[in-house]
Amino acid sequence: MKKIAWSFYILIFGCVQLFSQASLEKQIQTQMILAEDGSVIELQSGLIHLTKSLSMEGKKNITIKGMGIDKTILSFKNQSEGAEGIKITNCEHITLEDMTVQDSNGDLIKTMHVNGITMRRVKAEWTGKPSKNNGSYALYPVLCDNVLIDSCIAIGASDAGIYVGQSKNIVVKNCTAYHNVAGIEIENSLYAEVHHNTATNNTGGILIFDLPDLVQKKGGYVRVYDNLVKENNLKNFAPKGNIVGKVPKGTGVLVLATNHVEILSNQILNNKTSGVGIISYFMTENKIKDKDYYPYPSGIYIHDNNFERKHRRVPFAGRFAKIYWFKLKFGRDVPHIVYDGIVDKESLDADGNVKPENRICIRNNTNQSVGNMDAEHGFKNVSRDAKPFDCALNMIYMR
Amino acid sequence: MKSKKYLFLIILSTLVLLSSTKKELPELRIPSYKIKLSDYGFFEGKLSEQIPSSGVVPYALNAPLFSDYAYKLRFVSFPEAAAVIFNPDSVFQFPIGTALIKTFFYYQDERNVKKGRRLVETRVLLHEEKGWVALPYVWDDLQTEAYLEVAGATTQVTWRDHHGDKQTSDYLVPNMNQCKACHERNGVMTPIGPSARQLNGDFVYQDKPENQLQRWSQLNKLKVMPDDLQTLPKMANYEVSTNELDARARAYLDANCAHCHNISGPAQSSGLFLDWNIKDSTAYGFYKTPVAAGRGSGNLSYDIVPGKPNESILLYRMESLDPGVMMPELGRHRSHVEGIKLIKDWIKAMP
Repeated sequence: MKKIAWSFYILIFGCVQLFSQASLEKQIQTQMILAEDGSVIELQSGLIHLTKSLSMEGKKNITIKGMGIDKTILSFKNQSEGAEGIKITNCEHITLEDMTVQDSNGDLIKTMHVNGITMRRVKAEWTGKPSKNNGSYALYPVLCDNVLIDSCIAIGASDAGIYVGQSKNIVVKNCTAYHNVAGIEIENSLYAEVHHNTATNNTGGILIFDLPDLVQKKGGYVRVYDNLVKENNLKNFAPKGNIVGKVPKGTGVLVLATNHVEILSNQILNNKTSGVGIISYFMTENKIKDKDYYPYPSGIYIHDNNFERKHRRVPFAGRFAKIYWFKLKFGRDVPHIVYDGIVDKESLDADGNVKPENRICIRNNTNQSVGNMDAEHGFKNVSRDAKPFDCALNMIYMR
Repeated sequence: MKSKKYLFLIILSTLVLLSSTKKELPELRIPSYKIKLSDYGFFEGKLSEQIPSSGVVPYALNAPLFSDYAYKLRFVSFPEAAAVIFNPDSVFQFPIGTALIKTFFYYQDERNVKKGRRLVETRVLLHEEKGWVALPYVWDDLQTEAYLEVAGATTQVTWRDHHGDKQTSDYLVPNMNQCKACHERNGVMTPIGPSARQLNGDFVYQDKPENQLQRWSQLNKLKVMPDDLQTLPKMANYEVSTNELDARARAYLDANCAHCHNISGPAQSSGLFLDWNIKDSTAYGFYKTPVAAGRGSGNLSYDIVPGKPNESILLYRMESLDPGVMMPELGRHRSHVEGIKLIKDWIKAMP
């Protein structure tokens, strides 16, 4: 009898719990629809199960605030509708803070066309082991202006943990990204400051990319400083087809086809393949049909960083590693900074030298070593000569 | 004795829990909008019969959006004074005061429609001074009324399909934000369907079929229209297999994808644009690499690979039912078997 009474109790309690979760979900969604401009939506503490994407659209000056990381937990584990966990579109001045968001189908928090998006003390994660079945991006502002991502944590993204795409005026600081394919990625974005973050145990730590065929064509004016980029040696688990799937494990920082990037005073430690890679889009071996796209990285300045790496060969995985093994033949003495050496003929002056503003300058790094892959000529004249890169750039960031 | 104590405990705690959850139940309706569909007066007689009042005109699209095999009734309620402004390429400019009304329903049995139908949702798009607003009304079980639900709903529907097989689906009534997830151009709420190319076709009004554009024009509800309908674009009905394959496929992609996948739509960040008039083949998906697709790429490299449907991400995402992979992202719980076959045939036939 006692047993029956208890199971009955549990049954009723369970139903009421479910009922209350469903009404809580509806309540939060309704608040996000009806919120008046300028209001604060407070989320209670505890684990909140959601079955559909939460969406906000066309609002101004709204704060969505939980009780703290791992105190207010929005779990999308049982999501049956929508790809994103939280989706915020066409808004102005939105702040998300003090919460954990978990396990959505696609991206965890996507914001699009938001002018003024702040994510502060937000943990966005896929729980469990890193998996290709995890969603693409944990924190994902795209086509936004004035982005601030501060003191956030991103874990388990099958593309990038913190990914700012096709946006302008960006600050990513004091964040931690681990167990992602890319820890932090700035893509086709202008005026970004990435500083005081920790990117560790990802496939690639910090990526600065410009890709073709997008609405915002050109990124650049990105400054990466005072970050800890450590042991990003995780096996690449991105689904194929995505460009990030081509990033070799063991990549610290990678600049792909972006212009005006300054990388300074970072700790770049024990990334097994390269500390900093500077490559053109040609290295992806994808076709380029976008006439407005500029595939070469230029105006790159890498200085005052500290590089450390164990004396060992790069991991033998993926096409890039094969290049290292069979073409570059660096053996155990792999340079910290690797450049593909593919030069835009248009950027040369009359004497055949790269014009000053387009140069790739590397100087004053601790344990500095440079490899020019000479990919343009089939890796024939691989060079370790750092002299051609010994210059300084006057980086100007307009914001 | 002990069991009585437990029973008491159960009842008590249940009551406590119920009362505490009840307090949390939010107000789900916006007082400034009509709570009941009948309040608009769009229909006369029994509401479920959907007989339009005067000033309300039924219409149909040449190539409609697939929504889990739901059927749709479409109406436009014109304001008295003003008329629609014609343009050849995009959705017409409807005057303030227009309402576009769309009722989603399922026949009990597709083989015998006389057995009746179940109305699920009526979506009203109102053109107000401040712009368009989308309001979802959910039908009650008795089919006497539909009520505004700003936060949307999920309703289970069952029907017998044209083979006589029983089908069951969770039908999603989108919330107001999700309406905009499709009905958006440059951040502004806008209708998607009623354009010249979608309306340039016959509709059976009471007794006889008549071209819809001509009808609207005769009602003085459509201004400045070319005399010769032949000069106007006309979207192919993708369900008619005798229509040309390329025209059917492009009509299908335009109707089912391009409301998001266009240069000013919500999927603009992907760079994939599937409007009927896109000339750039990369933007249309040919050998286009995915952006931010995640596992939606299905380990494939390009959106469309001519001749190879199984290597085309577009088809992979149409076939999927995984919410993190499938396209469209919303309002689909089933595969559109006929649509998938069409796109497969189309890609296969490419040189």
